Amino acid sequence: MRTRLITALVAGLPLAASAQSQFNLTQGVTDISNRVYDLHMTIFYICCIIGVIVFGAMFWSMFRHRKSKGRKPATFHENVKVEIAWTIVPFLILVGMAIPATSTLIAMEDVSESEVTVLVTGSQWKWHYRYFDHEVEYFSLLATPRDQITNRLDKGENYLLEVDRPLVIPTGKKVRFLITSDDVIHSWWVPAFAVKKDANPGFINEAWTRVDEPGIYRGQCAELCGKDHGYMPVVVIAKEPAEYEAWITEQETIQREAKEEEQRLLSMSMSMEELMELGERVYLGSCAACHQPNGQGIPGVFPSLVGTEMVKNDIPGHIDIVVNGKNGTAMQAFANQLSLREIAAVVTYERNAWGNDTGDIVQAADVNEYVNQ
Amino acid sequence: MSTVVGEMDHHDHHHHAPSGITRWLFTTNHKDIGSLYLWFSFIMFLVGGSMAMVIRAELFQPGLQLVEPHFFNQMTTVHGLIMVFGAVMPAFTGLANWMVPLMIGAPDMALPRMNNWSFWILPFAFAILLASLFMEGGGPAFGWTFYAPLSTTYSGDSTALFVFSVHIMGISSIMGAINVIVTIMNMRAPGMTYMKMPLFVWTWFITAFLLIAVMPVLAGAVTMVLTDKYFGTSFFDAAGGGDPVMFQHIFWFFGHPEVYIMILPSFGIVSAIIPAFSRKPLFGYASMVYATAAIAGLSFLVWAHHMFTTGMPVFAELFFMYCTMLISVPTGVKVFNWVATMWRGSISFETPMLFALAFVILFTIGGFSGLMLAITPVDFQYHDTYFVVAHFHYVLVSGAIFSIMAAAYYWLPKWTGHMYDENLGRWHFWCSLISVNVLFFPMHFVGLAGMPRRIPDYALQFADINQIVSIGGFAFGLSQLIFLWLVIKCVRGGEKAPAKPWEGAEGLEWTVDSPAPYHTFETPPQVK
Amino acid sequence: MTDTNSNPAPQRPDNGRVVRRLLLTVVCMFAFGYALVPLYEVFCDITGFNGRTKNEQAAANTRAVDTSRTVNVQFITRTNSGMPWGFAPEVKSVRVHPGETKVVNFLANNPTGGNMVAQAIPSVAPGEAALYLNKTECFCFNQQPLKAGAKTAMPMQFYLDPDIPEHIHTLTLSYTLYDMTANATPDVLAQMQPAN
Repeated sequence: MRTRLITALVAGLPLAASAQSQFNLTQGVTDISNRVYDLHMTIFYICCIIGVIVFGAMFWSMFRHRKSKGRKPATFHENVKVEIAWTIVPFLILVGMAIPATSTLIAMEDVSESEVTVLVTGSQWKWHYRYFDHEVEYFSLLATPRDQITNRLDKGENYLLEVDRPLVIPTGKKVRFLITSDDVIHSWWVPAFAVKKDANPGFINEAWTRVDEPGIYRGQCAELCGKDHGYMPVVVIAKEPAEYEAWITEQETIQREAKEEEQRLLSMSMSMEELMELGERVYLGSCAACHQPNGQGIPGVFPSLVGTEMVKNDIPGHIDIVVNGKNGTAMQAFANQLSLREIAAVVTYERNAWGNDTGDIVQAADVNEYVNQ
Repeated sequence: MSTVVGEMDHHDHHHHAPSGITRWLFTTNHKDIGSLYLWFSFIMFLVGGSMAMVIRAELFQPGLQLVEPHFFNQMTTVHGLIMVFGAVMPAFTGLANWMVPLMIGAPDMALPRMNNWSFWILPFAFAILLASLFMEGGGPAFGWTFYAPLSTTYSGDSTALFVFSVHIMGISSIMGAINVIVTIMNMRAPGMTYMKMPLFVWTWFITAFLLIAVMPVLAGAVTMVLTDKYFGTSFFDAAGGGDPVMFQHIFWFFGHPEVYIMILPSFGIVSAIIPAFSRKPLFGYASMVYATAAIAGLSFLVWAHHMFTTGMPVFAELFFMYCTMLISVPTGVKVFNWVATMWRGSISFETPMLFALAFVILFTIGGFSGLMLAITPVDFQYHDTYFVVAHFHYVLVSGAIFSIMAAAYYWLPKWTGHMYDENLGRWHFWCSLISVNVLFFPMHFVGLAGMPRRIPDYALQFADINQIVSIGGFAFGLSQLIFLWLVIKCVRGGEKAPAKPWEGAEGLEWTVDSPAPYHTFETPPQVK
Repeated sequence: MTDTNSNPAPQRPDNGRVVRRLLLTVVCMFAFGYALVPLYEVFCDITGFNGRTKNEQAAANTRAVDTSRTVNVQFITRTNSGMPWGFAPEVKSVRVHPGETKVVNFLANNPTGGNMVAQAIPSVAPGEAALYLNKTECFCFNQQPLKAGAKTAMPMQFYLDPDIPEHIHTLTLSYTLYDMTANATPDVLAQMQPAN
């Protein structure tokens, strides 16, 4: 890697840019992304040519027309013909650039019928995917362990570019993304598709892609969205249509069964140990980014959960804020993100961890009762 | 600074100003105020620079080592605000204060008391901004562009201080701009017609109009943020019928002209220095003036090129793409004119010229990446990546700041009465030139390869380049200390500077002694 | 601050005039910053720039139904965080001919123990299509009260303008439901009064 880097630096930008490498735009796997790449290279080369001419003239005079060589300065200070020429010629070059740019842009915004629609929702700091034609929806969270980020473990190959549940789309079909946000502005970006679209709260945006190559494609949130903006990757798996159909049918079944299972398990009580263990896992996955692993939060930004009135004395209030979130803050509604058991476990955990020790036990049935009171 | 004063006093026979701190607090002298602005901006440059060092240190390796993401975001935000409003803009105002009256043969700025005010509110603005970093919950962490709703509903309590300090900076800039306009309109020496003014005066004249036009819009935008956050309005909140994207429209309606506010005076500086050291008159003076005006005019029609990914209809994307591309025509004219000025000149390479030449080349590289960014379909890939970071640092650091350095070297003999240490100047130049490219050029690569901006941690494939970039960053930061040393040395003594230290320099400022006496042109010169 | 008499230098007397004009410009530009808000709304209404539908009752369609083509109208519902209501369309999508009037019900329930008021905010993709979506009746025009534990079906009646461009085959209408209990208008609160 290091030798490649040095080679590229020595050889200068043109070589680095022409190689398919970590130094240039990805060509991607869609027709659009290839067109974008070609456009990028075209304009880059035009800039290089202009650069060579302009800087060439400049260096020429720097070497030839210097005082130390005894040059006597000329006195000319205008030339209408030349000035008109270097106004018109750049303009024509621009027109030449604008033509392919316009046609690529129009091709990108092709609104013709698409076969799969996915609703993509950003929130601090995760993505949520909902398939429009199927009863399948899920959150997609960063899967890189905290210990890798804090340098206690060696970093994996896809450090910060891996999620627990990637988005799955079929190859060879036009997929339409409807993009929106639950809180601040995010931006959903997959470089290999040349798709980057802002997720604006309260508004929906559209983007399209048609992926030809099966594979795993990685991207990131591209709009500053608060503290963990750097930790909300996008991972998309493109599967052959048949595989995709099988996957989505399976997911539909799994998600339906999970809901039924949850209702069935409502009558079952979990022990304190089970709740604490599950609760800790959920807490570290969904809550610790803001409230911190030690529950102390960040003063003035994210509230502490240690010894507060709510945690000590207010079980319904505690369930309410986890289930419904708090409007106008980063505290999200976890009703759709966590199962009833998980909510019960995390509430129990928060009420008993870090020396809170209230001894309160909250069961899934309690949460269910609260939600459907 | 007081040493400068001592030196000035020494040469000034009509001076009755009080000495000590009150002299600086109550001064209405354009030269004093210019010096205050310049020193202030240099201090801010170092403060904002140290924040950049924090950012680069954290990004030296993947993983979190030094700071938390929340603090990292505060650093990027305050670094941006300080560099834009605290370093570049006050430096230009300082240069305008010092040089515009000298260049047009005026005894002082037209509104000297307002001049004093416009400077002295600035330290308070930045004291407030910097103090907010020490609040519980920290300072502003939403980027210098403060996009709603991150800066409204989801921001910390320091937002009120941020808004207040931006208001003060805005008022200061507006007062400065009014002063420049009135001075240029009313105080030119007899015979100094508009089309005889030096280009630095012209570019500042146009810049001042841009400031008057857009700083109030920024004031409106921050006020809306304030009322959305604390007083229940819904300008940017969909729930109340607002639109967060509208914030970006209002912000960039200010923001794009703001970009030209930070580069037009540079054009003026370079247009003074290149002819001086080429010993040949500026090529195409009139077309330079028209090109500047064209850039300023077009700057109001391109704001949404910062927002291509927000989901605009195609017709709007095309409109903003075409307008943005058009800007490269007048900008190109300027670059061609500078090259033509050098062509068949008799060039020498003193430090001001070195910085001016580096400006032309590196600014043009920034212009090329700007042209690439203008192309909407590819902008979808570049947007909010390090490619953008590389682009705007090329135009602002190796553009605006290099031109300010060039101006400082060019006029230091006039300000201090001493020649600066040419050797040290060359050291400063070469260290800065190399490190600035090590710092910003590889950013193009990580950006293209897909690294988003404003992240405290990154994927492994970006690690090597980030390391190089950080090394360049530290080197660039340290190189600026050479400049500090050089200026202090030059203020304290050195070879006596003649009234016109540069063989090919033109303009009224070289007709007065070096250092410039405390009062100049009390009898207006006659310009032929 | 415009006092220039103290300036020892000889100067022309019209500084005050220039300053006044410039200050007036500053004030006007500040006002213009605020004027951008309604200007933006007007611009969006004309061009469909941000995909917001006209939030007022449209006149009933008087034009012929264009049976030669159909447009797929999809419905998406979302609730803002902190909003505990259930909220869903009765059907996920309908196919309509331009000009044809349809009614779609949206189901909402308030699972909490308190009376609440909600407001639905529409957004349409593609934004351009918002210009051609005419609602003759909609729950989104007003705040919607719902008593504790109650359920309701909220109707939306709409038609697509027959002028809708040929290239629009699919139109997505999204509603985000916001909790407006704290900002409810008195007449909406009055509707829930008998229950208390």
